[in-house]
Amino acid sequence: MEKILEIKNITKRFPGVLALNDVSFDIHRGEVHILIGENGAGKSTLMKILSGVYQPDEGKIILNSEAVSFKNPKEAQEAGVSIIHQEFSLIPYLNAVENIFLGREMKKKNGLLDKKKMKVKAQDLLDMLGVEINLERPVQRLSVAEQQFIEIAKAVAVNDRILILDEPTATLTKREVKILFQLIQNLKNKGVTMIYISHHLEEAFEIGDRLTCLRDGTWINTRPVKELTQDEIIRMMVGRSIDNIYPKRTTKLGDEELLQVRNLKQVDSDFKIDFSVKKGEVLGIAGLVGSGRTELVRALIGADQTDSKEIYISGEKVETKSPEQALKAGIGLIPENRKSQGLVLDMSVKNNISLASLSKVLNSFLFLDKLKEKNSVTRLIDDLNIKTPHMYQEVKNLSGGNQQKVVLAKWLRTDCKVLIFDEPTRGIDVGAKVEIYKLMNELVGSGLSIIMVSSELPEILGMSDRILVMHQGRIAAELMNCDQVTQEKIMFYATGGANNGRVN
Amino acid sequence: MAELTKNKSKKRWNFKELLKVPEFITFMGFLVLCLAMILFTDRFLSSTNLINVARQISINAIIAVGMTFVILTSGIDLSVGAVMAFSGTVMAAAMANWGWNPFFAVLIGLALGMLIGLVNGSLVSFAKMPPIIVTLAMMEIPRGLALLYTGGYPLSGLPASFSFLGRGYLFNVIPIPVVVMLIVYIIAYILLNHLPLGRYIYAIGGNEEAVRLSGIKVKKYKIIAYVVSGFTAAISSIILTSRLMSGQPNAGVGFELDAIAAVVLGGTDIAGGRGSIIGTLIGALIMGVLNNGLNLIGVSPYVQRVFKGLIIIVAIYFSSKKKNS
Ligand SMILES: Nc1ncnc2c1ncn2[C@@H]1O[C@H](COP(=O)(O)OP(=O)(O)OP(=O)(O)O)[C@@H](O)[C@H]1O
Ligand SMILES: [Mg+2]
Repeated sequence: MEKILEIKNITKRFPGVLALNDVSFDIHRGEVHILIGENGAGKSTLMKILSGVYQPDEGKIILNSEAVSFKNPKEAQEAGVSIIHQEFSLIPYLNAVENIFLGREMKKKNGLLDKKKMKVKAQDLLDMLGVEINLERPVQRLSVAEQQFIEIAKAVAVNDRILILDEPTATLTKREVKILFQLIQNLKNKGVTMIYISHHLEEAFEIGDRLTCLRDGTWINTRPVKELTQDEIIRMMVGRSIDNIYPKRTTKLGDEELLQVRNLKQVDSDFKIDFSVKKGEVLGIAGLVGSGRTELVRALIGADQTDSKEIYISGEKVETKSPEQALKAGIGLIPENRKSQGLVLDMSVKNNISLASLSKVLNSFLFLDKLKEKNSVTRLIDDLNIKTPHMYQEVKNLSGGNQQKVVLAKWLRTDCKVLIFDEPTRGIDVGAKVEIYKLMNELVGSGLSIIMVSSELPEILGMSDRILVMHQGRIAAELMNCDQVTQEKIMFYATGGANNGRVN
Repeated sequence: MAELTKNKSKKRWNFKELLKVPEFITFMGFLVLCLAMILFTDRFLSSTNLINVARQISINAIIAVGMTFVILTSGIDLSVGAVMAFSGTVMAAAMANWGWNPFFAVLIGLALGMLIGLVNGSLVSFAKMPPIIVTLAMMEIPRGLALLYTGGYPLSGLPASFSFLGRGYLFNVIPIPVVVMLIVYIIAYILLNHLPLGRYIYAIGGNEEAVRLSGIKVKKYKIIAYVVSGFTAAISSIILTSRLMSGQPNAGVGFELDAIAAVVLGGTDIAGGRGSIIGTLIGALIMGVLNNGLNLIGVSPYVQRVFKGLIIIVAIYFSSKKKNS
């Protein structure tokens, strides 16, 4: 096999963090190379080095047998290496064509933009990738998956040699993932080399040729995927094996309905939604992206307006016209998009964690008791195993998965009786996932109720007592979770399979 | 930021890290500036001059406190100069025309400043209007009212006792405006660093949506920031009115720019979310020393304005550079 890219003894330090420690391995021409590792293992950092975002402190990169050093992403792109970041970088108000050609606009002879040509070119690209996208709409009005495809189109428009995908499926539904994989296959057939980061191990088997594992910034192993099992990969990642990803709950469900939602009607919707959650229950909400799951939970806590709704906590009516009232009533939402909704990126880990619960760390003069605050934050950082050099680190410097843990930590400190998790394990490694599931179990064990919105069906099936399946803004099915409930069954309702299927 | 300084004290001080503390760069700039003034003028270091500078600085420095609050929430308050004119004339009218006791006159001045802040903040929070437009409009209304009432002439005839606030001294050395300034800064420091209020103000400037979803009354805290700004502008207006012993409907023209300059010079991000009140104080000191020094050297006021503009550009260059690194 021919080496297209050699990573040689790369070391990268950040203040207080050794992000990469003497990492070396090769990428073969035309392969899909899977990169895995726990949150904060250094995957994104390594990819940012390959794509010119960061420069290594030590070591070198050899591209096509030639040592290269990229000062910026543009140089890397020109040399044939493009990256699709963990966080998107599209301009929300521009449409697909404008985004794809951003910075490389085609011009007519008179210097004006050649919009026609760009549109044709963009259409060609998307056809080649095998996806269909509305080219006129601003991308903010497209689905996450469509935005993702535009990112990819943008990257392959520049070059088609090495494409790095950093957790591309974190925000996609199963169906969209399928399209993405088809797209990856198309690119592979065209001879594009890809490096693919994911926390979904099963994806490695589906599309990967070889796999490299990093742990705490060091290289652990590089092996052909065919020779590996999922257990082996997990052991490489976390250094031990995990028997049961979805830990068993021992708590028995009571009869008390902790949360009741009645007549919830969203502003643009024709339906009224009713449901309830028992004390100690995990209620899973499944559905396709765009089926209205996030809208429902946002309306529930008053983050968005509603035409009508009645909310009862333990039978007592409460007002939740704003998130602040909801918090007072004991309902908290852990939002799906950590960067835009969950975190203040410029603030420290400590300040983010204590943001929603400052009233708990006041002294008798109503001043902040900083010692108390520090102690409780330290405990949470330990409990959730958040990787940060110290609690004063700005959250934006944490790895994606660790940022997610900070958002969780913030809500764990509040006195909520009902916690709503919207895609709680997005971008979180297997080990940490299990920790979060255990934590959920502890929470319901202590009498809380959890509503979990998730696109990952195994997670829905593994964790929920009961499952609501949403389709086009309404609850298409309600299923008690038991052996008869399968991913297929959920998908059946999620795609509109039965029109009035409230099944028990 | 308070956090930064604390976090630094845990590690060993090293120069490269220090360079990342915005206040440090500003403070170094301030020292260099003072050094230059000492070298180029012989009067700069005299105690009369220093006391004079301190007194001159206090007015801008106090306005800049409220401005810091507003800018931290990623807003801006252009109305502070107009607030000064309005509060000042009403205060003067209360004492000179309506025969009020100075104590009550001061109270009404402060209350009016806060009222304008309340209007600004409510329009920004509830009507969701852009701060720059709201406060631009609010530059006109209060000043217009002040001009209307006075016919454009200063209102004099204030009771002699009122002059203490602007012209008096503590222990015969420290000018009262400087004392007031220090008290305002100490209170602001405590508000921003030791109360939840401060945490929320920083957080709102960083990511308003995340703060809202965290169950915090974002609107309330944004309004508070504007009220603080109106309040500090009114305090400055008391000092100014007392120094001039008259209510001036034309007072405070352009003061908003000096205050904003002090805030950004002090390392506060104009986009909100990061900065510090100590930085603002240093920023105000720089502006004051620069003014004074250039006057002493005999630079024309026109050239001074060019200078001021250049300094602001340099300051913003450094703060944006830091952000991108
Ligand atoms: N700009 C930065 N400043 C300081 N530390 C950083 C910076 N970027 C990354 N780090 C640290 O480097 C380590 C590696 O981070 P990286 O983002 O590469 O992890 P990752 O493997 O991509 O994790 P995840 O799966 O959570 O995305 C982490 O401990 C992170 O906190
Ligand atoms: Mg990452």
